[in-house]
Parts: sequence; structure tokens; C-alpha cells
Amino acid sequence: MIIALLLCVAGLFVLAIAAVPLAGTAVGRRVVYGGALGVTALAAVLALVAIGAVPAALTLPLGLAWQGAHFRLDALAAFFLLVVNLGAAAASLYALGYGRHEEAPHRVLPFYPSFLAAMNLVVLAADAYSFLVAWELMSLASWALVVSQHRVAENLRAGTIYIVMASFGTLALLLAFGLLAGIGGDYAFATMRAAHLSHGLAALVLALVLLGAGSKAGLVPLHVWLPLAHPAAPSHVSALMSGVMTKVAIYAFIRIVFDLLGAPSWWSAVVVLALGGITAMMGVLYALMQRDLKRLLAYSTVENVGIIFIGLGLALAFQANGFAAGAAVALTAALFHVFNHSQFKSLLFFGAGAVLTATGTRDLERLGGLIHRMPRTAVLMLLGSGAIAALPPLNGFVSEWLTFQAILMRPDLPQWGLKIAVPAAGALLALSAALAAACFVRAYGIAFLGRPRSEAAASAHEVDGFSLSAMAGLAVSCVLGGTLPGVMIDLLSPVARMLTGARLAPQMAVPWLSIVPNADTHNSYNGLLLCLFIIGVASASAYAIHRLASRAVRRSAAWDCGFPDPRPTSQYTADSFAQPIRRVFGAVVFRTHERVTVPPPGDTAPARIEKFVPDPIWDTLYAPVADALDVVTRVLNHLQFLTIRRYLSLVFAALILLLATVALWQ
Amino acid sequence: MQGFNFDVAHMLAGGLVLVSFMMLYQDRLYSVINTLALHALVLSLSVAWQAYIRDAPHLYITAAIALGFKAIIIPIALRRMVFRLGIHREIETVVSIGLTMLAGLALVGLSMEVMLPVTTHADPATREDIALALSVVLLGLLMMVTRRNAVSQVAGFMSLENGINLAATGAQGMPLVVEISIAFSILIAFIVIGIFLFRIRERFDTVDLQALDAFRGERR
Amino acid sequence: MAMIRDLLVQGVQMLLVLALAPLLTGIVRKVKARLTRRRGASVVQPYRDLRRLLAKEVALAPNASWLFRVAPYLIFALTWVAAALVPTFATGLIFSWSGDLIAITALLGTARFLLALAGMDIGTSFGGIGASREVMIASLAEPAMLMIAISLALVAGSTQLSAIAEFMLRFGSLRVTLGMALVAFVIVAVAENGRIPVDNPATHLELTMVHEAMVLEYSGRHLAMIELGASLKLLLYVSAIACLFIPWGLAVDVDGIEGYAVGMAAYLGKLLVGAMALGVFETSIAKMRVFRVPNFLGAALMLGLLGVLLRFVSRGM
Repeated sequence: MIIALLLCVAGLFVLAIAAVPLAGTAVGRRVVYGGALGVTALAAVLALVAIGAVPAALTLPLGLAWQGAHFRLDALAAFFLLVVNLGAAAASLYALGYGRHEEAPHRVLPFYPSFLAAMNLVVLAADAYSFLVAWELMSLASWALVVSQHRVAENLRAGTIYIVMASFGTLALLLAFGLLAGIGGDYAFATMRAAHLSHGLAALVLALVLLGAGSKAGLVPLHVWLPLAHPAAPSHVSALMSGVMTKVAIYAFIRIVFDLLGAPSWWSAVVVLALGGITAMMGVLYALMQRDLKRLLAYSTVENVGIIFIGLGLALAFQANGFAAGAAVALTAALFHVFNHSQFKSLLFFGAGAVLTATGTRDLERLGGLIHRMPRTAVLMLLGSGAIAALPPLNGFVSEWLTFQAILMRPDLPQWGLKIAVPAAGALLALSAALAAACFVRAYGIAFLGRPRSEAAASAHEVDGFSLSAMAGLAVSCVLGGTLPGVMIDLLSPVARMLTGARLAPQMAVPWLSIVPNADTHNSYNGLLLCLFIIGVASASAYAIHRLASRAVRRSAAWDCGFPDPRPTSQYTADSFAQPIRRVFGAVVFRTHERVTVPPPGDTAPARIEKFVPDPIWDTLYAPVADALDVVTRVLNHLQFLTIRRYLSLVFAALILLLATVALWQ
Repeated sequence: MQGFNFDVAHMLAGGLVLVSFMMLYQDRLYSVINTLALHALVLSLSVAWQAYIRDAPHLYITAAIALGFKAIIIPIALRRMVFRLGIHREIETVVSIGLTMLAGLALVGLSMEVMLPVTTHADPATREDIALALSVVLLGLLMMVTRRNAVSQVAGFMSLENGINLAATGAQGMPLVVEISIAFSILIAFIVIGIFLFRIRERFDTVDLQALDAFRGERR
Repeated sequence: MAMIRDLLVQGVQMLLVLALAPLLTGIVRKVKARLTRRRGASVVQPYRDLRRLLAKEVALAPNASWLFRVAPYLIFALTWVAAALVPTFATGLIFSWSGDLIAITALLGTARFLLALAGMDIGTSFGGIGASREVMIASLAEPAMLMIAISLALVAGSTQLSAIAEFMLRFGSLRVTLGMALVAFVIVAVAENGRIPVDNPATHLELTMVHEAMVLEYSGRHLAMIELGASLKLLLYVSAIACLFIPWGLAVDVDGIEGYAVGMAAYLGKLLVGAMALGVFETSIAKMRVFRVPNFLGAALMLGLLGVLLRFVSRGM
């Protein structure tokens, strides 16, 4: 099995190399994306079979001479390979249609398969060296894809910030692995797993992993590259970066913290819970302030990563207290959300790409009425929005429900930090779920409903069959995940058993296909029954009323309280929709304010309303760093213009200093 | 029956915390005074209940004092004062109500975290009552800190004193003499505060503390 | 045989909530009218309104989409399914385990999602006002409801409404957490049903509307479905408060018809009391400004969170 998966990775690399000469031709796009589709679909099937199988390991004579490259396929790796490859297959199918509009295919086609191959390698790697090489390759390939449309200035800025943050993350991970490897210097994960670190070192490793993997996943305050880089890439790559690459970062976190570090301590759970809760709230509040559709989706990814980290924090809390059953439920909830998010976020990004192709703009203030022009995309985007807003009977609700059940599993935790952190995380989770629903009512309502706000939106057309079929497949998986959640929970039980030592009871054996995560309290949820009831009642009532009462319809002008305004500018804009929430939450979190200037009577100048939404994290954390960097470089710049004598004296001083150090050391 | 007694005592203590939150929520002066009266009423009910379940008749007198002075006489006097000062139409707060409530919640959590581990060898029912009483004290302090108007600060101070009373009666009851002397000193302090408020108002035409700060003369 | 009886009881409950919902709305309106010295319409007037609306033709704007036409039926179905999950006269109904209190909250959230989208569909400014205010209110009311659900679950050991009701009936006692949960529940119920002080269901001024602004463009049978859904939502909340905080009279594990009859009588009594209390409450206070509502709901969220915190910190509360 592991050899087959490594062959798939090799196949992707072959495709990448083949893309270089083929990029310019018409068949090149089909070969690359079609080949990627085939290979990743095969890999997904293999991963699905491998989840329940015995772990397999392999060592190849690549990389470092005295180590080789270790690869291992256990339940955790198999699950994440499934997530990665399903997302990749959907993106490749989508790109078969979307890629027709690519203006510079030679900047995209070679890097796309290498991106996919690198992500697979990160999950398969079982020693620090191959892990970090694959991680860097993943960052570089995605960076190349981010700057593929290099004529747009903001893409270049996005790429610069992205590569700086990615390098910083890799450095943190490098240091973490160094601490884990210890004095012995053996980079294999098996050795790291067996070693025991002192509490101080374990804390340092946790901090470094949060910096390294957290920045790639999008934890606040290291998320700043995400909303810049994800919109800049082409839509199928955005879907991969948001839906899949962030999950690879979460895999890195789980692998190091749950697997390699050993037994966690309770305060690490408090840290993870706090970071997860803050990330969820900040992510969704930022998303509500955006008018660029893709940037909104990128911030929503930040929110969902926060939700996943809340689940992981709960698992750590229960594990620190030796409560394996609770840790299994919390971990299952987090991993279920990993899968769900990759599905509906890819669906939403594909829809945003479809809107971009059809109208040429991502700006919500220029869209509207697309439900009439792009009917199929509208239906699929509605399902995606409902899934991400955690509405039953779709899949987003199930993972949120499981997280709440995990919170309820052991309320009498002994440590005071946890007694406060767990309810606080629950409150933040509830708040961010409600705000996410508001965010997607706004996004869907402004973009697809109402009247077209621009000529581009009024003349949009439906997109091609490949894009629609990719979106439809993801929408079907969202519905299935919501109505048959027991399948996914049973699939995740080997992973939970591997990491926490316990597993949930088999869910497919529960009558009526409900899910019952905690056998003691019998809290249950049945998505299938609810879905059937809702559809049944709705159709039956519609049929009965049409038959027995009336089915007459008359088309007439909109009522609008008797003052219908034909101009589309009179309807609500995205900014006005978000204004109540901006005023309630934004004033506290972001210090947003509005400035209204009304000219005196008689003056023909227009009245203006300007809103200011400062970014507190950029202003307090990054802008000072950038300014400090400026100051330091300006000072150091003087070194460029010294005379020869000054340079010689510098060299002389350095030599004296080193000799003195050697002398004192003795 | 034991369980029921303690449940009612908890409910009354929790009710006092709830009324403290209600006081933080009000932004009109008459509502603050009415909530203060309710606060004292709940306190007197709580003290009377403690008297009943502990069979300590001197606590009935404490409850009567709380009811008479703090629930009836002092709120009526405050209403008269507010009306004569002419500030009964003002709306005021310093920090937004949402943040104040959040701070109040954090204070309740803090008082729980402090008191419950400290009193591990006491009666479990009393432990929680003392923790709730500390919350009332802290919420009274929060009220004093987040308000500008002197009358609201007086209300916060009174609710703080109610919290101390709750703690005292919850533990083992204070002797009556101490209670009477405390009540009288509060009354006297109150009269003095009232006199000062009138004098300040005469002098400066306002009792808004932030405006009064500008008259301190030390800042440039 | 037991299965058939269980299905019958569940069916009776579903039809009961559907039949009683307009009556509840009628009683509330009658109480409000009487308190403001009017005679008021008859308590069965909502039934007549529904019959009239169902027979009328629908007037659709030219750019109304399929979502606009399908949403009323889905909203009605979601609200009815949620109302069918709340124990009214008996607990432990055969489908009550398919959704717990969290699922009921989320089902109502789905209904609200669809209603907000329908409000934005025609592209008028009033629909936008209603939808944006509704999601602002929901962004605070839904978390408050979830916190209440968690605090109730921490007291009763389960999130299933039947289990909580049975726990309250058997071991219910005065607890601080329950008191806070009740106050918060009432505040959330007032907000979610668009009652004074959050929203005025009888207003004609568009700028004061929240719920009415979203359904401004609906007419005929669509409007009938939405009105029925709103009445069902009110009945759901009153039934939930009754079964969680005043559970006496609920039929638990009964065999004979007397148990169900007692439960039914108790339930009707609680509905009547609840309707009158709501009427008195609405008449005695004024509607709040829109931006005071977040403070009001924030208080409910704080109370819910305080209740959860107290349970986490000390099991006795």
C-alpha cells in the first residue's frame, strides 16, 4: 500500500516535469489536470483502504546519506492522505474546466502537480529531514502558484509576505524537530516518539510547533499571509491552499503534539483552547468586514481552523487528565471538522472561481442576481454556504454538535485553568458559529440574490461542465456527511484509537443510523431522519396546498411599501448588511468607526460616509516589526559605504574579538 | 429537607449576584436606585432565611435593619436627592455595557477561583455562598469604577456593603451590636456624602466627576 | 403493538402543535388588546387569516427566484419538525432522540437562514434591513441559547429535552444555574420570536421592523406558511419553557389514557398561562432601539455563560 502511494507521488512529479514542455499546448492542460485527477483519485481510494489496515513503514535510500528517507503509513497519515487527495481530485476536475481561462499556463501547470506531490509527501514522511524538505517544497510550489499572475501588484506583495511567513514557519519547525531529536541527532520519528523530554523542553517544542504549523494553518496572530495569498492564486489553487494545505499544517501539529511529544500537560490544553477560540472569533469578524469574495472565504478558513484547534485543545485537556474516552470524542470532532471543512471550503472557492470567470470580478458590491444567470452554481453555492454555517442536516452541523458533546463529557476537570478555559472556548465556538451563519447570509445574499449591481453581473453566464461536476460532487459529500455521519465516525475510530487509546462505539450499529458519541448519556442526533422529515413535510405541504387551496401566481411589480425603486443601487450593499454587526462587535474588537461629512445646504458636493476598519493585529504586531526592520537596515546600510581603511579595521576588530574569546574560553 | 434549605440559600445568594449585574446594566439614575432597593430586599430575604434555617433570632433583626434602612429609607432619600440635584434625566456610563458585563463575569470567575480552593475545610454550602458574596463585593467595586456620576458610585458602595453583610451572615452571623454600629456608621457616612454632594453642586454646578477632575488645578 | 402506539402518540403531538399554534397567537393578541382597552379580534381569528391567505393568489415580483418560492415551505417544515421534538404532554416520544436541544436551536437557525435569504431575494432595501438586523440579533441569541442548553445539560446530564424534563420532574430543585437559565431563556425567547421589546409584530412602520421587513414581499399561501411557521416557533418556545422549568403534569412512561389526559390538561393550562404572561409582558414595556437589543441579548449570553461557569466550577450550583 505504501509503495503504491509513493508511486502515485512519483507519478505526480513526472506530470510536473512533463508539464514544462507541454504547458503552451492545448493538450498540456488536459494531460496535467486529467493525469492529476486520475492519480489523486487512485491515491484517495488507497488511503481509504489503508485507514483500517496495519501501519506500514518504508525506508528509501534518498536524502541524507546516513539516514535514508523514512516513510510511514499509519491511520493518522492515511486519513490525512484521504483528505488531501480528495481535495486534490476535486480541484483537478474543476481545473479541467477553469484552466481554459489561464493566461500564463507555463507558470501554473508545472507547479500544480508538484504542490500535490509535496503535500502527499509531508503526510507520508516519517523523519524530520524528508518532512521538512517536503514542507518547503509545498511552500515553494504554492508560492509560485500565488505569484503566477504577476502583473497584478497586490499578488506580488501577497507572495512576498507569504514566503517570509512560510520561511519563518519552517524555521520554527526546524528548531522544534531539533529539540525533539535531542543530542543524539537521529531524525527518525520513531526515535523521537520513544524519547522523553523534560517539561520545559516539551513546552518549548509546543510553542515552536504552534508558531510553525500554526502559521501555516492560519492561527491568529500568524494568519496575516492567508487572506492575501489565498485570493491571489488561481481559484483551484486557492481551494487547495485553504481546504487542503491548512489541513496538512494541522496534520503536522497533531503528529508532533499528540504522537511525538508524549503525554500532554494541562496548561498546553489551555493555550491551544485559548488560541483556537480567539482565532475562531477574529477570523469570522474579519470575514464579515470584507467585500472581496475570496478574501472573505480565506478569513472564514481562519475561523474554521480555530474551531478545529478548539477540538484539539479539548482532546489535549482530556488526555492530560487521563480521560481517554473524552479525548477520543474531541479528537473525532476535530478530525471530522477537518474533513468537512476541506469539502465545503473547496466547494465555496470553486463557486467563487465560477463567479470570477462569469463576471470578471470578486467584489461583492458589483455582484447580485446571479441566481438567475448561473442557476446551477447558485444551488451548489447555497449548499456550501449552508454547510459552512453549520445548518442541519448538512455536515458542518455534525462536527459542531460533536464538539459541544465533547465539552459536556467531563465537566469536573480538576485544574482551575481548564474549568474556566473549556466553557469560555464553548462560548467562543457558539458565537463564531452564529457569526459564520451571518457572514454567509451576507455573502450568498449579496452575490447571488437581489438585482445585479453592475453590468458584469447582469451579463454573467453559467460555467462549464467540469467545474459544475466538481462542485456537485463536493455538495453531495456535504449532504452525505450530514445525513450519514456514522460512516465518518467509524472511519475515524482507528485514528482516535491510535492517538488517544480509546475509540467511540461503532456508530453504524446504532438503530436508525443515529450517532451516539457518549454511551452514558445517550445524547443522539439523527441527520438522516431529520432530513427526510424536512423534505417530506415541505413537499407534502406544498402538494397539499397546491391541490386543495390555490396554486395561482401573478407576476407584478415588487411591493417595496409602495415606493419601488428601479435602480439596483437602492438595495442593500455588502457594507450596509454588515453594519449592525460592525457596530456591535467591530467597535470593540477592531475600533471601527464611521465618518459622515454632509455638505451645507446649497452645496452640490455629495455627502460622504467613510468607514475605517483598522487591522489591530497588523498594527500592533507586524507594522512595528516592519518599521524596526526598516530602521535596522537603514543603520546597517552605512556598512555599504565605508572606506577601505574602515573595512580593514572591521576585519581586524573581528579577528581580535575571536582570539580574545578563545583565550578567555580556555 | 437539608438540601432544600441550602438550595434556597444558594438561590438567594445567586439572586444577589444577578441583581448586581442588573445594576451594572442600568444607565438611568432612578433605575439604579430602584435596583439598589431590590438589592437590599434580596439581602434582607437572604439574612431572614439564614435566621430561619439556623434558628438564630438575632439575624431577624439584621434582616429588618437591612429592609428598613437599605431597602426603604436610603433609596427614598437618594431619589429625593437626585430630584433636588436635577440630574434625574441623565444617562451615563463610562465603559460600554457589553464590556462591563464581560468584566463582571470575569470577576465572578475570579472570586470563585480564589474562594473555593481556600475554604476547602468548611461546610460545602457555606463555601459557595462566601464565593458568591465576594462576587457581589467585586461587582460593587466594578460599579464604582465604571461610573462617572457620584450617585451611581454611592449605589455601588452600598451594594458592596450588602455583599460584606451576606458574607458575614453566611459564615456564622455577627453579634447584633456590631451590626447596629455598622449600620449607624453607614448612615452617618451617607449623610456626610449627601451634604458634600450638595455643596459640590452649588459650587461647580455639576456632580460629574470627570468634569470635577478638571478643577483640580494640579494638571497642566 | 407498542410501536404503533408510540407512532400514534408522536403523530398526535405533531398535529397538536400544528393545531394549537395559531390559537396561542390569537390568545396573546386578545390579551394585549384587552389590556389596552380594546375588544380585540376573536382568539380564532388567526385560523381565519390563514384560510383566507391560503386561498389567495400569490403576487410575485418579476425577479423572484425559486428560492423565494420554495423557502416558505422549507421554513414551515423546519419549524414544525423542531416543534415536534419538544415534549408537550408526554416525554420519550419515539422520534425525540433524533434531535436534542442543540439540534432544535440549529434547525430554527436554518429556518432563519432561509428567511433572511428570502428577504434579500427581491432586492429591495427593506428586505435588506430585515435580514441584516435579524442576523445581528441571531448572532447573540443563538449563542445564548447554546449556553443555556449546555448549562441545562450540565445540571440534568443530557441534552435531550425528554431526558432533561424527566430529570427536572424527578430531581428538580432550586439551583442558581437553573434560575439564570430561565431568565436567559425568556430573554432569548422574546428576541427569537420578534416580540416587544426586541421587535414589534404589529408594527406598520418599516424602519422599526425586523421580522416583518423580511416577509414584506410575501403574499397568499407563501405568507400563510410563514405566519404559521412564526406561530409554531412561539409555541415551541413556550412549550420548551414549560417542559424544562415547569415540568409537573408531564406524562412519563405511562401506559393508560389517564396519564396522557392529565399531561394534555397540564400542557393546555401552561400554554394559557404562558400566553397571558407574554401578553402582559409585551404591554408593560416599550420596544427598544435597535442598538439597545445587543445589550439586552448580551445580558442573556452572560447569564448563560455564568450558569455554565458556575456548574463547571462547583457542582453544587
